[in-house]
Amino acid sequence: MTSPSPATAVADAPAPADAADVPDGLRLSGLSKVLGGRTIIDSLDLAVQRGELVSLLGPSGCGKTTTLRMIAGFLSPDAGSIAMAGRDVTRLGPDKRPSAMVFQNYALWPHLTVAKNVAYPLRLRRLSRAEVADRVDAMLALVNLLHHRDSRPPRISGGEQQRVALARALVQEPDVLLLDEPLSNLDAKLRVKVREDIRDLQQRLGITTVIVTHDQEEALSISDRVAVMNAGRIEQFSTPTELYARPATEFVATFIGALNRFDGSFDGTRVVDGPGVVGIRPEDVAFSQAPRPGGMRAVVERVVPHGHFHELRLRREDVTLNAYVSGQPPRLGSVGFATVEAALLYRDGRLVERAEAGVA
Amino acid sequence: MPRPVSAVLRASGAWLFAIVLLVFVLGPLVWLGAHAFADTWTYPHLLPDSWTLRWWATVFGDPSLGASIQNSLLITPIVVLVSAVVCLPAAYAFARFEFPGRRLFLIGLFATNAFPRMGLFATLASLYYALGLMNTTAGVVVVQLLGTIVFMTWIPAAAFSAVPRSLEEAARDAGASRARVFFTVTLRMALPGILVGAVMAFLAAFDEAQGTYLVGAPDILTMPTEMYSLVLNFPKQVAAVFSILLAIPSVVLLLAVRKHVMGGQLAEGFQLK
Repeated sequence: MTSPSPATAVADAPAPADAADVPDGLRLSGLSKVLGGRTIIDSLDLAVQRGELVSLLGPSGCGKTTTLRMIAGFLSPDAGSIAMAGRDVTRLGPDKRPSAMVFQNYALWPHLTVAKNVAYPLRLRRLSRAEVADRVDAMLALVNLLHHRDSRPPRISGGEQQRVALARALVQEPDVLLLDEPLSNLDAKLRVKVREDIRDLQQRLGITTVIVTHDQEEALSISDRVAVMNAGRIEQFSTPTELYARPATEFVATFIGALNRFDGSFDGTRVVDGPGVVGIRPEDVAFSQAPRPGGMRAVVERVVPHGHFHELRLRREDVTLNAYVSGQPPRLGSVGFATVEAALLYRDGRLVERAEAGVA
Repeated sequence: MPRPVSAVLRASGAWLFAIVLLVFVLGPLVWLGAHAFADTWTYPHLLPDSWTLRWWATVFGDPSLGASIQNSLLITPIVVLVSAVVCLPAAYAFARFEFPGRRLFLIGLFATNAFPRMGLFATLASLYYALGLMNTTAGVVVVQLLGTIVFMTWIPAAAFSAVPRSLEEAARDAGASRARVFFTVTLRMALPGILVGAVMAFLAAFDEAQGTYLVGAPDILTMPTEMYSLVLNFPKQVAAVFSILLAIPSVVLLLAVRKHVMGGQLAEGFQLK
């Protein structure tokens, strides 16, 4: 029962405690889960705004899938609560929650046609046959699958199966849409297209959405906000731009994008001895043939072509840096000047400041 | 040129094997079929001396033979049905739940097949006398049930556990209750396996003779138990006719479920893990 029929919508209205502001689309408070004696999720808080797309991003085993399964209702938390659209659903089974999930393997029922797969959630709601057919057709049109109406899931391609799974979730008109690694079974080209389609649909329908992924590019490119998870906790929860430019912890800095990481400190020009950790993004290292203020003599030790840019390894007097340059790459072994334009400074794993070049 | 020679040898070897297999499988059936319609058949003639339908008339005309056919066709479906009711929930439990003694129970199901049957039935008989089940239809049903339990539990259990959990979870997520998920997804997808189990159970029950004879004779005789008296009291042509009749339900059943078990979307479903 995920569609807010008019009756339940009215009943829901006075529910939120702080009636002043609009309730969050999804709120997790103090969520904890212990499985097999191991703490998988440790007092996790997360507030997703209505209509927002949030990614749970992290390495395997960080607890992101466990979190999603608790949101969907397949696992019950040991502590904490889950609220959807202002209503506490912690004690409800998956069938009673206003959420719909797209499974990693799509989980389409092979004995039912595409149309019947999509119709299944509606048939449970005792809608009239005609209304079910109308809504199924509208949904299949939305995901461009009307021509596969009567095909069986095993006979259509992976990308099409994915869209059927999405249609089956969306037809429920859920308050919260959950996607578990939705793109991991697709090939690279299709992945980019499908993720744009998902983002498009999500924005058009304004559905609060949570995506679990281990692919940072995927998370950064379609999310309003990304929650980076590590060892059952959220390390940082912010916009993709913020996440990349100002990683709050050393874990986030190393997990998202590439990083030159050194123990020590940064004096505005060079890496020096000191407590803490210095992180320098490869694109924050500039290489030039001519001397520059703040630049240090560097030898090009390696040139790795990546298509539209090149990755250089530059040996300076203080450290060896990886750098990204576009345009004509320098020759191997040539000498030039490497300038660090920005550095991330960490103390005890937490961001102290983002130091710009020349400012100590 | 050694290759063509070995290829020819291999091909002719394969043909020879196929022919031997064919004779081995079909030979007895052809012999049986010929006897069912043969009037007399004397050595050294390759074919019967003359043909007749007399034996068929004998079988259908004999009231005790007719009764045994009726008994078999009534009792076997009941056994399969009872077996399904008893065993399918057990199969589901074995497939989906961890409980203490699970492995012991699973192995224990083989116990009835591990002991010498006759010894088991003799013990059973003394219990039956105490319970007043001797010479009753219920007694025969229970005896035949014993042989079906392994098939009706192990095969469906494998089928149940082959249903990907995410397919059940997807149905729960869509709003279906547990019972609804079971009937619309789990049971539906395990159906080919359950059908195989049911066919095996049907054949096991239909062909069960020892226990049925011990418990049912002389009042409740099924087709296989009737065979005993046929072989002893009638010419062998009558036994041949009866053998053919005995084979018909099994063959019909196998043909009927073949389509559902082998091909099509149900088999494909298991690839969609």
